Amino acid sequence: MKPNIALTHALVGAGALVMLTPFWFMFVFATHTNTEILSVPPPLWFGDALWDNLKLLLLRLPSFWHNLGWSLYVALATTALNLFFCALAGHAFALLDFRGRDVLFRALMLTLLLPAFLGMVPTMLVMGWLGWMNEHRALIVPGAVSAMGVFMMRQYIGAAIPREMVEAARLDGCSEFGIFWRLVLPLSWPAMGSLALVVFIGSWNNFISPLIVFRDVENFTLPLALRSLQGTGQTPFGALCAGAAIAVLPLLLLFIVASRRLIEGLTAGAVKQ
Amino acid sequence: MSARQHTPETPRRRWREAFRRVQPYLFVSPFFVLFAVFGLFPMLFSIGLSLHRWDPAAGLSQMQWVGLDNFRYALLDDDWFSQSMRNTLWIALVSGLPQHLVALPLAWWLHTRLRGLRNLVLGLYFLPFITSTVALSLVFTSMFSKDFGIVNTALGHVLGLAPIDWNQPEYTKIMISLVVFWRYVGWNTVLYLSALQTVPRDLLEAAALDGARPWQQFVHVVLPLLKPMAYFAVTLTLIGNLQLFEEPFILTGGTGGIDQGGRTAAMHMYRVAFTEGDFGTASAIAWLLFAVMALATWGNNRLLGERKGSR
Repeated sequence: MKPNIALTHALVGAGALVMLTPFWFMFVFATHTNTEILSVPPPLWFGDALWDNLKLLLLRLPSFWHNLGWSLYVALATTALNLFFCALAGHAFALLDFRGRDVLFRALMLTLLLPAFLGMVPTMLVMGWLGWMNEHRALIVPGAVSAMGVFMMRQYIGAAIPREMVEAARLDGCSEFGIFWRLVLPLSWPAMGSLALVVFIGSWNNFISPLIVFRDVENFTLPLALRSLQGTGQTPFGALCAGAAIAVLPLLLLFIVASRRLIEGLTAGAVKQ
Repeated sequence: MSARQHTPETPRRRWREAFRRVQPYLFVSPFFVLFAVFGLFPMLFSIGLSLHRWDPAAGLSQMQWVGLDNFRYALLDDDWFSQSMRNTLWIALVSGLPQHLVALPLAWWLHTRLRGLRNLVLGLYFLPFITSTVALSLVFTSMFSKDFGIVNTALGHVLGLAPIDWNQPEYTKIMISLVVFWRYVGWNTVLYLSALQTVPRDLLEAAALDGARPWQQFVHVVLPLLKPMAYFAVTLTLIGNLQLFEEPFILTGGTGGIDQGGRTAAMHMYRVAFTEGDFGTASAIAWLLFAVMALATWGNNRLLGERKGSR
């Protein structure tokens, strides 16, 4: 191997390790007391204070397990609704002929260009008028279907579902919803897997919408709950990192199991520019 | 034409026929209904809000038409708006440009040099993108601490630097930019790699046979091929960076930092609306930020976009 190739390999590898350091310290600090974390130099290897940190976390944030549950509930509900509604709309755009179809699809794609912050201020008013402040449906309902998801499902259904099969089912008198439910859905699981990952992770990490909607710690989702530990006197870094690790762990597991599918889902729009 | 056409018309049949015709619209309606209520309406309403002065507690009837006063106030009298806008542009550039300067050659390296380890290395770079910004930004606040943070410890050992107070305004922006860079460089690498994978291998091999050195190949063959993806990726970076909120919000403890050195435009909008209760000015700020975003993407289009008629 030529020296400059070896050098670049080393550089790329070192960069990859640098990317990992925040995760490393998150897990290491989760096992150390605040005194140990606040010493020079900070601990580089695991300690034995994990249990104490968890206890401290629950002391400072008694609703922690509820917050975790709410995060899970919102993410799972959003994902399930997205899979259904995006696939349904994708089915119509890919397999049905109707007046205005192309105009509607173009309108849907145009909505992707509108940045979310434009409606951020009035969204709070809308939630107030609906009586949804402090309620989890304020996150679930607006996120129940996404333009990107409809696009993904339409591309996949259009390419992967054999038209003859759909026609045959129609001639046999199968209703359109029956075709969707019994034929298209079961055949679309690869795209739905990617979509599920993207939606779940997006909802799990969402910070701004819950920040606007929620007032009671009891109802917070996880990112909001973790943030509430900040700035209440001395920040309990050990407990904070333990909480952060719990919030990040499911994502790490998902990533290890399904990174290819996830990357496919996230780049679906980019490759098909 | 199915055989069913020949059956006699009955009300039941006609009803079914009508249902068949509205069915596609029912299938696509959830998106459009939800977008109308939670996307379009708030956006239109914020145009209205930006032209009014209004105390939300007083009810809708108390809206007071002020024309462009909110815009004038934000642009001329609100020092924090201009400062937050400058901060935003600074962070967008300092965190954004290196992302692409690193991601482009990295993607090429991964594509051409790494076979077996490619997915592992790519995964390590990509991991920050999918993990909770808030959770990791909270971890970063301890890593960037002046006296005991690992960043200062490392800088001191490797470069012999005196401990940096990352909370000082001139360093806050650097800290935020580093975190943003860390989060998105892998995402851009994934984008460029996915574009490279559509390039026929013989194109690169032909260049190698012509005696082109690797970096010549990169500059003369790979970069032109990646231009469409660069346009797309830079657009995403611009849009994302100009509405940066979570990283600066967490890293400055929600305050914007000393002298507002880390307050971005989106953060400023949030504070004007929800801390100061001034929905009119906040909406004006949102539209001003949107104008900056439109300008930036237009500039990017001129720079990297496909020229009409050039091909």
